[in-house]
Amino acid sequence: MMKKILAKSYLGLVLVLLYAPIAFIAIYSFTTAKSLGNWTGFSLDLYSSLFTGGRAADVSSHETLSALIAALNNTLLIAFIASLASTFLGTLAAIGIFNMKGRWKAAVQFTNNIPLLNPDIITGVSLFLLFVFLHFSRGYLTVILAHITFCTPYVVLNVLPKLSQMNPNIYEAALDLGATPMQALRKVMIPQLRPGMISGFILAFTMSLDDFAVTYFTAGSSGLDTLSTYIYADARKGGLTPELRPLMTIIFLIILAVLLFVNLRNFKKNKSLTI
Amino acid sequence: MKVDPKDIIIDIQHISKAFGDKVVLDDINLYIKKGEFLTLLGPSGCGKTTMLRMIAGFLGADSGVILLDGKDISPMPPHERPLNTVFQKYALFPHLDVYDNVAFGLKLKKTPKEEIDQRVKKVLKLVSMSDYEDRDVNSLSGGQQQRIAIARALVNQPKVLLLDEPLAALDLKMRKDMQIELKEMHEKLGITFVYVTHDQEEALTLSDTIVVMNEGKIQQIGTPMDIYNEPVNSFVADFIGESNIVNGTMICDRKVEFIGHEFDCVDEGFGENVPVDVVVRPEDIYIMNNLDAAQFTGTVQTCIFKGVHYEMTVITKEGYEVMIQDYNCFEVGSEVGMLIKPADIQVMKKERICNTFEGEMLSDSRIWMLDAEFDCEPQEGLSKGDMVKVEVPFGKIDLRDNLDEGSTDGSVSFILYKGNHYHLTVITPEGHHIYVDTNDVWDKNDIVGIHIDPADMKITKISE
Repeated sequence: MMKKILAKSYLGLVLVLLYAPIAFIAIYSFTTAKSLGNWTGFSLDLYSSLFTGGRAADVSSHETLSALIAALNNTLLIAFIASLASTFLGTLAAIGIFNMKGRWKAAVQFTNNIPLLNPDIITGVSLFLLFVFLHFSRGYLTVILAHITFCTPYVVLNVLPKLSQMNPNIYEAALDLGATPMQALRKVMIPQLRPGMISGFILAFTMSLDDFAVTYFTAGSSGLDTLSTYIYADARKGGLTPELRPLMTIIFLIILAVLLFVNLRNFKKNKSLTI
Repeated sequence: MKVDPKDIIIDIQHISKAFGDKVVLDDINLYIKKGEFLTLLGPSGCGKTTMLRMIAGFLGADSGVILLDGKDISPMPPHERPLNTVFQKYALFPHLDVYDNVAFGLKLKKTPKEEIDQRVKKVLKLVSMSDYEDRDVNSLSGGQQQRIAIARALVNQPKVLLLDEPLAALDLKMRKDMQIELKEMHEKLGITFVYVTHDQEEALTLSDTIVVMNEGKIQQIGTPMDIYNEPVNSFVADFIGESNIVNGTMICDRKVEFIGHEFDCVDEGFGENVPVDVVVRPEDIYIMNNLDAAQFTGTVQTCIFKGVHYEMTVITKEGYEVMIQDYNCFEVGSEVGMLIKPADIQVMKKERICNTFEGEMLSDSRIWMLDAEFDCEPQEGLSKGDMVKVEVPFGKIDLRDNLDEGSTDGSVSFILYKGNHYHLTVITPEGHHIYVDTNDVWDKNDIVGIHIDPADMKITKISE
């Protein structure tokens, strides 16, 4: 009995420590104080300021907020394009790797894993040097290319297991029934690989969302900011923009909702399978 | 036998294929007649599936051509070939329901919707799966999935249906039922079936023609009756059904000696005093208590009830072990007489009567052969670098448990019991075949050291 209580309270402690920072930000998103930690009474001003660009409630200036919103838009756009491209490239790469044999297969798989383990800072600096060497003017394009680079291996890793689960004759069966290789890919392979591609896409999207180091180096002095580089610069200028608190709370809630949705769906699916 | 070229649907000419160093198909020549049920039969790794995949177009040949209706289809990709395949593990599309699986090929061909509907319904009826149109394929049993796989192929009205061990994953009862259904389907549709299996019974039941393959070569082509009653070599005799295979000597036409006795037979044209292999099926040996009327006698060693018949092993007076199947039971230990009718004796030419290796002299008492060094007796008149032919009788090859005691090693790939000894085929890592007669019991895939006593080698120089 004692053991059970101890185990439960330990678990509780870990959860509290894990979620305290987020809870802290969420709580303080409901007060307008400039610096975090001061409670100046409950208010929804930060939320209305965030959604109206500073016009509804006078907390931060209009300019600050439009920069913040621009950074948010950039982040989402870059993450979307990069993860879409990564999903396309990663899926094709996974099919290629899967059909390779012996030593080459092992070598390519190993190469695929390097960017996953490589510290972001090294990826960032080396891409920065590459773009300089190639005389690429840094901006949107270079950031997207860089994000595709480090996102693609995650897609490959998510699609490969789906390929090994697949009946190896399925592709051949499609060809046998008159499908061209492209039709077989579209009508038979892709539907089989879709779950892996979706999880790869989501992973790539989140990796791109919270990347700082690579973006910082590849955006250069173009003035392009994503959320992470904006917050970094903002914090150095003296204090975070208060509207970041409701923004982060909202992002957290969206992610929570997505996770709940996916998990509940899986749970239901498993249940219906066992019946 | 001459066949009208118009009756030939698939003509396979000089097909060879190697994967790396391993030759899987070695100059295969075969024609398939329109409308026949042809089975490629052989142990795993004999090349039968590779052959089928080549006909389907999933694999290219290293050399040779495949003609379909007289036209070379080698450069044609699989989706353009008017053939369809039923795969071993069904390979149904799990994201589509039964109807869409079957309609897959027709939809690709842009067949009108009403026609698709009609044809799918008709073919589902043929495989007795009419009420399953909307079912998820994952919810079907193995046998049902296989029916859908067959329907999915047949609905396209292929010129030839290729079947790659389609029943291998089913349990015995289901397999027997499906065999009968397949046979009926074949008769009803008149489509040419090319069937791959390692199950000799299945091949005998289904086929019009059986092609027995081993190690990338065709061993025999014939009707099930031909293959069973007149196997051309000991491999076929051993692979198809139960058999007694022993060494014998053809004394003259219609007279053969084996297991220490002389028998009348119906074979001619082997010559006089020629070593041969003799095959007698266990059901063709008559067994009786009357010893006087018997050709040879022996003692019953074991007697097992097999349902329809008893299976007995009898040790003859001369020490040979023979297997006999009879409806009557003879008690273990009892003395019995046996009789074989001339027509039931199948005499086969021996493929070889001793091992023949090519080698090179390294010194006057060392020789390089089988990719290894061997000692030999000092050879007069031979010097370093001379190419030689080395002959070693089967019984003089010494297999050792301890690999270090052999000059080279190999793995046992084929075991044939010849009544009083085993005849083994041992393959070295470099792919050399060594044939060994031994009384020791080895298992398939055992790794053995190979030793040859210098006195047992007969070395002759190969003249340039």
